Amino acid sequence: MKDALTAGVGLKPQHFAEALACSAAGLWFEVHPENYLVDGGPRLAWLTAIRDAHPLSLHGVALSLAADADPDARHLDRLAALVDRFEPALVSEHLAWSTWRGAYRPDLLPVPRTAEAMARIVANIGRAQDRLRRRIALENPAHYLRFENHEFGEIDFLVEIARRSGCTLLLDVNNVFVGASNLGYGAAQYVDAVPGELVAEIHLAGHSEDPLHGRRLLIDSHDAPVAPAVWALYERLIARIGPRPTLIERDEHLPSFADLLVERSRAHGVLRADCLAEAA
Amino acid sequence: MASALATFQDAFARALLAADPAADAAAGIGALAAQPGFAVYRNTVMKGCIDALQANYPAVARLVGEEWFRAAAAVFVREALPAQPTLLDYGAGFAEFLSSFAPAAELPYLADVARLDRRWSEAHIAADAPLLDAAALAALAPEAMSHRRLRLHPAARWLWRDELPVFSIWSRNRAGDADLGDLAWHGEGALLTRPRDEVLHGPLCAAGAAFLDACARGEVLRDAVTAALDTDGQADLAVLTDQLLQAGAFSALEPIDHEEPLS
Repeated sequence: MKDALTAGVGLKPQHFAEALACSAAGLWFEVHPENYLVDGGPRLAWLTAIRDAHPLSLHGVALSLAADADPDARHLDRLAALVDRFEPALVSEHLAWSTWRGAYRPDLLPVPRTAEAMARIVANIGRAQDRLRRRIALENPAHYLRFENHEFGEIDFLVEIARRSGCTLLLDVNNVFVGASNLGYGAAQYVDAVPGELVAEIHLAGHSEDPLHGRRLLIDSHDAPVAPAVWALYERLIARIGPRPTLIERDEHLPSFADLLVERSRAHGVLRADCLAEAA
Repeated sequence: MASALATFQDAFARALLAADPAADAAAGIGALAAQPGFAVYRNTVMKGCIDALQANYPAVARLVGEEWFRAAAAVFVREALPAQPTLLDYGAGFAEFLSSFAPAAELPYLADVARLDRRWSEAHIAADAPLLDAAALAALAPEAMSHRRLRLHPAARWLWRDELPVFSIWSRNRAGDADLGDLAWHGEGALLTRPRDEVLHGPLCAAGAAFLDACARGEVLRDAVTAALDTDGQADLAVLTDQLLQAGAFSALEPIDHEEPLS
C-alpha cells in the first residue's frame, strides 16, 4: 500500500484546529485545491501547517477534463504551483466538465461516453499530467441522467482512458451506489468489475433522497454519514483488491470533527483488517 | 464545424440556467432536460453560486435577510456566472449589480455595504507581505518626503463616503448586529488590513482616505500629505500616519523610480 496512507478525511476550514492536532495513525487530509488558489493569507497559512503535520491530497473539481476545450491555462498554472508548493501524496480530478466558454459552474456535469469524448478527455488528462508533472487519478461520476448515445459502458470507458493517458482511477463507491440506484444497474457487479490495479484512491460519502422523487432519485449530497449499503460495497471491494487510501467526504450538515473521525476509524479498520488477513 | 461534444455542452450549459423545452428539443437534449435528474444539476449549480455569494457578502445578507438575498443573488448568477473556480473570489460585480437593482432602490447604502464586503474578501486572499516598521517613517528626514513614497500592503483596502455612515452600517451588520436605530447620519470611512493572520477593520477619516488614495496613485509622501490636508485642513498627520502604520496599511517606504537615496 502506498506509503502509510490508510483512511483520510475531507478537510473543512471549521475543523482546521482539531485536524492539525489529531495524531491518528495513517490519517491524511484532502482538500479542493480551488479553495486555496489565492495569493496569500490565512487559508494558505493553515494548509501549510496541516501539510507539515499530515499527508495531503488535492482533489480538483474544476479542470473540466470532459469539456471540449483545453484545460484553462491560468487555472492549470495555479494548480501546478499549488502542487509544487504542497507536494501532495495524491492528486485527483473528475470525469466531468464545469468550465465552459469562460464560465465556471460549481458542479460536475455529465458527458455521453463516446469515442469523440474519450479522445478529448485523454488529451486533456495528458495536458494536465504534463503540466503537473505527475499522474492524476480520475473519479467516476454519480449519475442522474439516462443518455441514449453512450458508445461505451462506464468501466470500459474509464479503463481505456487510463490505458491511453496513463492516469489512475479514484473509485467513489457512493457514486457507484447512487448511479446504480438511479439508472438501475448492479452496484456490486460494477465494483467487482473495476480493475484493482488501476485504483489509486477510494471515496466514501453519504447521499440523500431527492425531496420530490424520493428513493427513485438519490443525490450524491455529501450531507450524511456513509450509508450501510455503501460500507458493504466498500468492504467487498477491499477484500478483492486489497487496501487503498480511502477518504471520508462530507460537505454539508458538517458534523463535529470527532464524528467524522468515527467514520474514518471504521474505514481504517477495514483497511487494517485486510492487511492483517494478508499477513496471516 | 463544432464537434458533437461542443454542441452538447453549449446546449446543456444553456439549459442549466433557463428551462426552455423547445430550445432543448431543437438542440438535441430534449430527452435529457425532461428527466427529473436534470434538476439535480440545475439546483447544484444555482445553489453553489448563491451559497458562495452569501458567504462572500455576509453584511448584505444580514441587512436584507436571507430570502431577499438569495432571490437577488439568483438574478445576479444568471447575469454573471463565476469566471474562475475559486469561489472565495466570486461576485466582484455584485455591488454594481445591486446599485442598479430596482428592488434595492429603497436601500441606497446597500451597494456600499457590498463594496466593503468585497474589500474584506480581497483583503482575506491578498498576497502576504512584510509590514513597514513605524521607525522607518519616523526616521525620515523632512526633505526626503519629496522623493519617497509609501507602498501599500497588498491586503490594504478602504472606502470613504461623504454622506453615509458606511462603516457603522457595514461593521454592525458584519458582526451580526442589524440594529441601525441610533445611527448618526454623517460621512464615514472604513479601513481593512491584514497585519497578521486575520483581516481587521476600523474607521477611517476623510483625510486618511485621501492620503491612501494618493499612495495608491504612486504619489510621493509630500503629495500624499498635501492631498490629506486639502481634504481636511485640521487633520493631524502625525496621528493619522501612526494609525495607518499600526493598522498595517503599508509594506515599504521606497524611493521613486530611478532615483537613489540622496543621503
